[in-house]
Amino acid sequence: MISLKQDQTKVKETKVTSGDEAGRREFLKGSAAALALAPGMTLFAYGEALAKPADQAVSTKSRWGLLIDAAKFSDEDVDACVKACQDENGWSDTGKPLTDPQWIRRVNLKNKKTEEQFSLPMMCQHCAEPPCVDVCPTGASFKRKDGIVLVDKHICIGCRYCMMACPYKARSFVHEHIEDQKEHAPRGIGTVESCTMCVHLVDEGKEPACVKAAPAGAMVFGDLNDKTSKLAQLIKSVATQQVRADLNLDPGVRYRNI
Amino acid sequence: MAETYRQLREYNNSFNILLVLHVVMIAVGLGAAFYMEHNGHVVTGMNNQIVWGLPHVFAIFLIVSASGALNLASASSVFSKLAYKRFARLSAILAIALLIGGLVVLLLDLGRPDRLIVAMTYYNFKSIFAWNIILYTGFITIVGIYLWTMMDKTVARFNKAAGWGAFIWRIILTTGTGSIFGFLVAREAYDAAIMAPLFISSSFVYGMAFTVWVLITMCQATGHRLITKEVSQKLRELFIIFIAAMLYFTAVHHLTNLYAAEHIGVERYILWSGSVFTYLFWGGHVFIGSILPMLILMKSDLGSSRVGLTSASILMLLGGMAHIYVIVIGGQSYPLSLFPGMEVTSTFQDGVFGNYMPTLPELLLGLAGVSMAMFIVGFALKILPFLPSPVAEDQ
Repeated sequence: MISLKQDQTKVKETKVTSGDEAGRREFLKGSAAALALAPGMTLFAYGEALAKPADQAVSTKSRWGLLIDAAKFSDEDVDACVKACQDENGWSDTGKPLTDPQWIRRVNLKNKKTEEQFSLPMMCQHCAEPPCVDVCPTGASFKRKDGIVLVDKHICIGCRYCMMACPYKARSFVHEHIEDQKEHAPRGIGTVESCTMCVHLVDEGKEPACVKAAPAGAMVFGDLNDKTSKLAQLIKSVATQQVRADLNLDPGVRYRNI
Repeated sequence: MAETYRQLREYNNSFNILLVLHVVMIAVGLGAAFYMEHNGHVVTGMNNQIVWGLPHVFAIFLIVSASGALNLASASSVFSKLAYKRFARLSAILAIALLIGGLVVLLLDLGRPDRLIVAMTYYNFKSIFAWNIILYTGFITIVGIYLWTMMDKTVARFNKAAGWGAFIWRIILTTGTGSIFGFLVAREAYDAAIMAPLFISSSFVYGMAFTVWVLITMCQATGHRLITKEVSQKLRELFIIFIAAMLYFTAVHHLTNLYAAEHIGVERYILWSGSVFTYLFWGGHVFIGSILPMLILMKSDLGSSRVGLTSASILMLLGGMAHIYVIVIGGQSYPLSLFPGMEVTSTFQDGVFGNYMPTLPELLLGLAGVSMAMFIVGFALKILPFLPSPVAEDQ
């Protein structure tokens, strides 16, 4: 019943923006969802269609995010996510740990008081208020309207100020020449790079590579702005944490059980 | 007579040798930059934790010094201290030269120096770095105009206004340079508004040390006295005040950090962990760069002598490099605090102190920036009347 009410709210919301083609589509999608939910059989469609039509510009209507449950990750699980990201985006470990890029990494944590140990994947947190974007002199570091923080490799001058500014150490500088790049993830020597949240996949309605590689339920990807999404529901219902919440950057990546 | 300037015409061979050495250094530095750009930063000591290395130390040191090099010109135009007017042109051209030297190093250390045009045409006005690009180019322009008003009688009536403009601009410029660090909320060693006044006070010391160094070099090269005893005494006194101001801001910076529990770790690392930064801070910045020159300068006769001023200036410059090194490299070396209360490890140097060993190409590029500045000054002295005319031995 509650869910039906929420979906009716959504229908109302979509009506407001139904002046264009996209709005009509959204309205129909919302209505269909409301009808499907009417019998109260399911709460929400967890396998929601994430894609926007290719001809539609990215909008602030969505804000993509992740919820990472540290309790569900072993070291090997995190490594699997790292490997998936490497395979998807074409970066690799060349045996130079100081200079090799790491778009996503395994961070091992040990509570100094309780001695509890665990590990989790750490990557760009896709902040709503990203310091890397603020400091970038050319605007190469930018945030898409849907919250994904990216680097425009064409205008990155390699000043590394964004790396100085990022509280999460999420960015890497390409220290040497690169071969065998992926077409969808262009990279370049002398520029800075980081997790793209697999934006090329997200735009096709798919999930980021790390999410697919993670154990079931350990990483949830979705739209933080869509109250009906599994991600938004989880964030609403379970205790989640933001890394360096004190900085008030409103990261799109949230954690549980750390 | 006190206001006359002369073009450098008569000089001994040491000047030519110096110029040639600077040209060689510039060529070597450009070669080093090409080597780094061709191979990528993998051939430097920089890495994904220490992202700004020795070239940045040189660049920031030169840029901060550029602002301070304008001291003597500002003193004459803005504060009407006519005793310094003879040095105003040299002071201004040195300021421009040091800034260019610093910018060249900064540019050549970019990952993509070939994209200079991008840096000049794409601006993110929320970025203090972008503002600095405007401040740097503006500084060169304003000080250039200021110089023009000093040298062309037809525009001399604008000299005071240009002097004020340059003075205000240099304060803003160094505020901007300090704010590059002050705005970094993520780094515990930075993220403090006091970085701006700290940089301004440091600029007064380093910039004037460069000015005195150049003046004394030119005394050597021309075989003439260029500084009167009166001015030597004044310089000595100014240095003492500026060093005291710099030490004051340094002390306040660290003491306020020590008050905040979250910053105690980084302060312990810099001030008494026994790391290289501890030695550079106490030995380099505080002792060599501040206390030792202060001791020399406090002895009136020694402090105002050519030997005293030269040695004090060199010590201040060496200490200045140590100071900027501790700020730039030390601040990055301290690990980011991602998970307070946790022991953090990873394959990406989380939770460990970052190691950085500068490589030869980085050093050569940095030194080339200094040489670039010195060559510009030397060349300018030869083609235009920037140098103060000699004073009598008894003056």
